[in-house]
Amino acid sequence: MPDSATLEAVNIDQDEGNFSYPEEYAHDAGYGLNEDTIDFISNVKGEADWIREFRKKALKIFESKPMPTHWASEDLENIKFDDIRYYLAKGQRPTRSWDEVPDDVKQTFERLGIPEKERKYLAGVEAQFDSEAAYSNVKEELEKQGVIFVNSTEGLREYPDVFRKWFGKVIPTGDNKFSALNSAVFSGGSFIYVPPGVKVAHPLQAYFRINAENFGQFERTLIVVDEGAEVTYMEGCTAPKFETATLHSAVVELVAMKDAKIQYITVQNWSNNVFNLVTKRGMAHENAEIRWIDCNIGSRLTMKYPGVIMKGRKARGEVISIALANDGQHQDTGAKMIHAADETTSNIVAKSISVGEGRSTYRGQVHIPKNLKGCKNNTECDALLINSNSRTDTYPAITVRGNQHATQHEASVSQVSEDQIFYMQQRGLSEGEAMSLSVNGFVNDLVREFPMEYSVELKRLIDMEMEGSVG
Amino acid sequence: MPTEELMAQETVAPWMAAPPVYDNESNLPDWYQKFREESWKRFVNTADPKRTDENWRFADLKKSKFSELLPAAQVEDEAALIDRSEKSRLTDCAAHYVFANNRLIDSDANGLPEGAICLPFGEAIEKHGDLVREHFMKEDRSLGGDKFAALHGSAALSGLFVYFPKGVVCEKPIQVHHYVGGNQQVIFPHTLVVAEDNAQVSVIDMFETIAEEEQTLVIGVVDLVAKNGANLQYVALQDESDHGARHVQINSTRAGRDARTKSAFINLGASWIRNESINRMLEEGADCQIFSANLANGVQEYDQRTLQTHEAQHTTSDLLFKNALYDEARTIFSGLIQVQPGAHHTDSFQTCRNMLGSDKAEANAMPGLEIDADQVKCSHGSTSGQISDEEIFYLQARGIPAEQARQMISLGFLNESISRLGGEELKEFLFRRVEKKFANLL
Repeated sequence: MPDSATLEAVNIDQDEGNFSYPEEYAHDAGYGLNEDTIDFISNVKGEADWIREFRKKALKIFESKPMPTHWASEDLENIKFDDIRYYLAKGQRPTRSWDEVPDDVKQTFERLGIPEKERKYLAGVEAQFDSEAAYSNVKEELEKQGVIFVNSTEGLREYPDVFRKWFGKVIPTGDNKFSALNSAVFSGGSFIYVPPGVKVAHPLQAYFRINAENFGQFERTLIVVDEGAEVTYMEGCTAPKFETATLHSAVVELVAMKDAKIQYITVQNWSNNVFNLVTKRGMAHENAEIRWIDCNIGSRLTMKYPGVIMKGRKARGEVISIALANDGQHQDTGAKMIHAADETTSNIVAKSISVGEGRSTYRGQVHIPKNLKGCKNNTECDALLINSNSRTDTYPAITVRGNQHATQHEASVSQVSEDQIFYMQQRGLSEGEAMSLSVNGFVNDLVREFPMEYSVELKRLIDMEMEGSVG
Repeated sequence: MPTEELMAQETVAPWMAAPPVYDNESNLPDWYQKFREESWKRFVNTADPKRTDENWRFADLKKSKFSELLPAAQVEDEAALIDRSEKSRLTDCAAHYVFANNRLIDSDANGLPEGAICLPFGEAIEKHGDLVREHFMKEDRSLGGDKFAALHGSAALSGLFVYFPKGVVCEKPIQVHHYVGGNQQVIFPHTLVVAEDNAQVSVIDMFETIAEEEQTLVIGVVDLVAKNGANLQYVALQDESDHGARHVQINSTRAGRDARTKSAFINLGASWIRNESINRMLEEGADCQIFSANLANGVQEYDQRTLQTHEAQHTTSDLLFKNALYDEARTIFSGLIQVQPGAHHTDSFQTCRNMLGSDKAEANAMPGLEIDADQVKCSHGSTSGQISDEEIFYLQARGIPAEQARQMISLGFLNESISRLGGEELKEFLFRRVEKKFANLL
């Protein structure tokens, strides 16, 4: 068991997220989206002309692209783009020291379980309050190593030579309607560069918050890890509950140069009115490794398919995914593996749990084009149904060209067996506790892949979601 | 559909103006005439498959165009075709029918059990209209081929109607040949098999082209109905010319209480095929098994879409599709298991295996699950790979040359689907046909 300080530090539950503070936004682009909104954002941020042009081009693509409802959930039609505010900020530059952070922001972190003492063992906390990073503290040792860890505005302004080369290259603006939307109005997010050979010892971390009704959050993250370097990045989300739906649409791009390793960990726990439509993709060069570890518990509709393009020989891609869908939720998650070089290997392990009327969906793509050899993919999807009205779907697509590869895909659907529950009840556990234990057992091998603090948090979230699911 | 689009189609499609009627002599009942007209309207109003249509994902849409074709004209040398059919006749079949370009040219129904009805489709409509009407093209759902099905509905007259009343059992298969020939010609064979309570029936449809190098198209629809406790088997062997021939077949199977159905697609020929198979387990104890063995080479494209839908408790289904691919062949498998709300205690399985024998072949697999019930055991699996060097080495060590070893393993690989069918002679027959194509590959 972790010590009590750690438990306190990760003491996050959804009820504590049910609050909001008075809205006092220094900058507000108003409702709806048009060229003026973009000019407004660019002006506030003092952006270079090329970024403004990039945004405007993206807006046109966003407007021209239809909703992907020919395959995706019809629920997307319920997003009212005109009722969303696309940019809000405290009007403050990211602060360097804790003392400069406004009190109500500190209070938010306190309730989220990100107290000051967390800094003692986290390398740097990039805590995002609404659009702008409200607090940013990178430890001195990271700076000494030459690691850059800034928000997107600062990244593009201060380090264009590092980031511009890769910005929008892994996920082109026109990749899908929501990546185009993000490209038009992005703000916040993390830009990270790790120089050659540097192995970042502690995970870099960012917490996100949505705190204004109908306020969409469009963070943009770009992580470039140079030759032989390694980094782990963690993100976790909570959001206060509001009555009308909120849109969250992030774009996350990862670039792993030769021999580099990136691990990107997400725990998503938005409140049940959030549309969480995220595009995440990494590009792995020769012998590089990209791992997405993804856990989705919250939101109304999540559509997220982290991908890896294996561009260099012997590159590796992996997606570990846990999804839990409760009443009123649809977790539409999966993975995308594009093999673009010889001897590349990928692995997908996805586990989903549907509770009550929840619906979880696995959607995956594995693509091995012609003229390659020695590519391998393994895909496993397991679904657990808790109640008789729970629902689960699996829609993989696998394309293999050529006879020098091996792919395998397996999926299974099952229930918690009545025998198991009975056995545990015999030993004094309530039915709910027994169910919780079974569900935790089902995902246990994946939960272990998360860092310790996250696995504790995850276990609690699962326990909480399972409350009242039986009987 | 916008009118300008309609007009644009009219200029290229000869039958956008009128239904493809090729047999005016039949005395068709009113309901059927009406059905044809409605199907015709549906055909005209249904849009062509689009790139964004999930049911046509990965498909080469150019290959699905058929607007320049015409209903097939009567063949000249019927005797030659009858001779040809005799050569591939099962020695132990219950009945034997030969259709050429939409017309029955030969039949022998001496082995049928008493009470069984076997008639060419056009004749069945006249003589057993009520039976046909009850079961003919009742499936509303589509796996993407609704435009083809609509055209078929406006034209179908050939093919066999098979009706086995309660308790009539026949283990021997009924064999039906369908020949298509002549350039730009299309046939619309319809197979309707009804097995009443506790009846047992087995039907094999064989699709072949009269000549090589002709642009032909088959648009076939198959309705299979297995009532309570019935046992129904259906096999489609498609061995058309791989130069120019195209083949569309849409199967729909309904299984009642404790009914068992087995259906299979064996594809060896044609340049492009599209198989759709909807299997509905309607009542408790229903069991549907679907098999396919496909040997694709050259630039053949085999596109198969399946649905297993469980609509009652305690139903089971199993699917096993196997593809062996050579040269630049492409296969697409899209399968969906659907367990509907309340269909608890369902066991449903789906497996697609691809064996790639060249570095330009392409296998696409989309195995899907939609589960909306409790106490369900479901799984699907899909693999793509090649024959391992160890397997070849093992056979070489026993004196078998590498090339032959490869063929033996591939043949065994495909035969796994065939071996799950019933009827020893039938299985042997199908195996030999696959073997024959393998021999030509070398």
